[in-house]
Amino acid sequence: MRQTRIVRNISLGIENLLLHKLRSFLTMLGVVFGVGSVVAMLSVGEGASQHALSQIRKLGSDNIIVSSVKSSEEEQTSTTHSHMSIYGLTYADHRRIAESFANVRQTAPAKLMRKESRLGERSMELRVVGATPEWFHLVPRALVAGRVIVQADQDTRSPVAVLTEFGARKLLATEASVGQTLRIGGDEFAVIGIIQSESGQAGNIQIPDQEIDVYIPLEVARRYFGDIFTKRTSGSEEREKVELHQIIVQVDDPRHAEAVAAGIERMLGMFHKKKDYALSVPLALLKQAEATKRTFNIVLGSIAGISLLVGGIGIMNIMLASVTERTREIGIRRAIGAKRRQIIYQFLIETVVLSMIGGLIGLGIGVLIPMLITHFSDMPTVVTLNGVLLPLFISMSIGILFGLYPAMNAARVDPIVALRHE
Amino acid sequence: MRDRTAQNNGHEIVRLEGARKIYQMGTEEVRALDGVNVTFERGEFWAIMGPSGSGKSTMMNVLGCLDRLTSGAYYLEGKDVSQLDDDSLSELRLRYLGFIFQSFNLIPQLSVQRNIELPLYYLGWDAARSAQRAKELAEEVGLGERLNHRPTELSGGQMQRVAIARALANDPQVIFADEPTGNLDSATGVQIMELLSKLNRLGKTIVMVTHEPDIAAYASSKLHMIDGNIDRIEKGSHAPNPDSPKHLAGHREPAAP
Repeated sequence: MRQTRIVRNISLGIENLLLHKLRSFLTMLGVVFGVGSVVAMLSVGEGASQHALSQIRKLGSDNIIVSSVKSSEEEQTSTTHSHMSIYGLTYADHRRIAESFANVRQTAPAKLMRKESRLGERSMELRVVGATPEWFHLVPRALVAGRVIVQADQDTRSPVAVLTEFGARKLLATEASVGQTLRIGGDEFAVIGIIQSESGQAGNIQIPDQEIDVYIPLEVARRYFGDIFTKRTSGSEEREKVELHQIIVQVDDPRHAEAVAAGIERMLGMFHKKKDYALSVPLALLKQAEATKRTFNIVLGSIAGISLLVGGIGIMNIMLASVTERTREIGIRRAIGAKRRQIIYQFLIETVVLSMIGGLIGLGIGVLIPMLITHFSDMPTVVTLNGVLLPLFISMSIGILFGLYPAMNAARVDPIVALRHE
Repeated sequence: MRDRTAQNNGHEIVRLEGARKIYQMGTEEVRALDGVNVTFERGEFWAIMGPSGSGKSTMMNVLGCLDRLTSGAYYLEGKDVSQLDDDSLSELRLRYLGFIFQSFNLIPQLSVQRNIELPLYYLGWDAARSAQRAKELAEEVGLGERLNHRPTELSGGQMQRVAIARALANDPQVIFADEPTGNLDSATGVQIMELLSKLNRLGKTIVMVTHEPDIAAYASSKLHMIDGNIDRIEKGSHAPNPDSPKHLAGHREPAAP
């Protein structure tokens, strides 16, 4: 009974709104655009931030990435004349990091170099990384074929190579290439596997395996190629000595990541005269990204709030005008026996119905826009349940909030005066 | 409503005792009703007459529970309603009273059916029952074919019939008619008055405000007002109201300005 009464009230409200189709539609527009923009902005923002967060998560929230950095003064001197710059992380640094911190579970040192390589008929410069088996634990990637480097390869200093998909693509290697011989520099390596690789960037940090074509055991790299690299750039020759380019440190618990990072930084500071290293903590980046996302959401929320406020004021404005215009109707209803609160109810239902319909249309538009964005630009968008329910809830609240004052104005109408109103 | 007072003889439906309504117009007091005593009985058809400013509209508003007395008592069916709050007065209008106005006061956006259903809506009737009742009432006033028309598509006489149907919807104890023929030509006015007379013969109590003697002639009793008080009462078959001092003094109603 009560339910049918509500349905009837709402349907009478809709009937009344349909009497002024254009006006109702125009009144609604504010809410339509308000809700539409909220839903669209939230889903675009959510998509972007989820994308960034997942990229960061791929780096591992319990990892710390320490890399060698050529300091800026070194950069300048090295270009002026033939000069060997010595910088970066050392084997000793790696040993100290691995041994000094109780909370470090494992470490993966890596050496990066560019070597002229050849597989079968195809030859080109490849980015080669000397890595230990731990690397494959810390940067887990699915195998396409074969196997990855294991401790035995390291121990026996076997000349084996694992291609990444990037490298395999360059060399036109296929699964059948496993077992073939890959020449790196002047030496022969056996291809033992191909692994998948990740592309893309997460904020300002690179995924560790982004620019790698081939992995070889670190010990082999060290023995075959040494620590001195020669780069020939536009006539001049640049030589540098770098022992390790990167150390990935895994801690036993993400909660310790920042503390261990600080410890490593302090320790490196003691042994390095120049700051020729850099630390990045994905967890800290994750936190930062999440904080950025919160700020972003607050900004979006404020903009959306303003547009919804404008929509609400639009509704209030029209409803106030409508109350004045319908003074006589209100007087008639009151004379017939409608109570004040029934008049309030009537006008409130009209505004709530109006703002809810506006909200639903806005929701439709707001869901459609992200779909179009994703369809045409590959930008990820995510429509969350909250992103849908919140604007609807807000649009209903706006109906009540901005409808209440006009409705109470309507209820204040004195029937005797109203019946004489022209 | 059930709280009957000793003075109620069982036929009385409306009684004013020392009814005063004073408006404050700036510094000046306007005594729209100045100690009116009057009793209407069930089944009567009253015409309240008087020049403008005589207080007949105020009288109508007070009797119709649209306005409250400044002092004095108003008994509706024996119950003093002069101290009731706004909601209770609305409830009284909804359940016991019906209104007919000079300017019809239909809601122009609503169809004839919706207009007639209006009191039923506030009484909480369901849609099907309301529609049935609206149809019966429209047929009763001779507008059975016009249920889905808008008031603007109707003639004045038809609009007033719709208003009468609406006034009847809640099966009221008293129908108040405020100059019901004021906006109609005389031929249509006669039809409307005949309809009201018919309703009165069927037992409805009617209180009508008018300044036209021709129209007042349809009523069984006439109450003439002047300066916020009763000038004289012409009561059909009953004895003249002994309460009216002006009547005893042989006061004559002046012509309307």
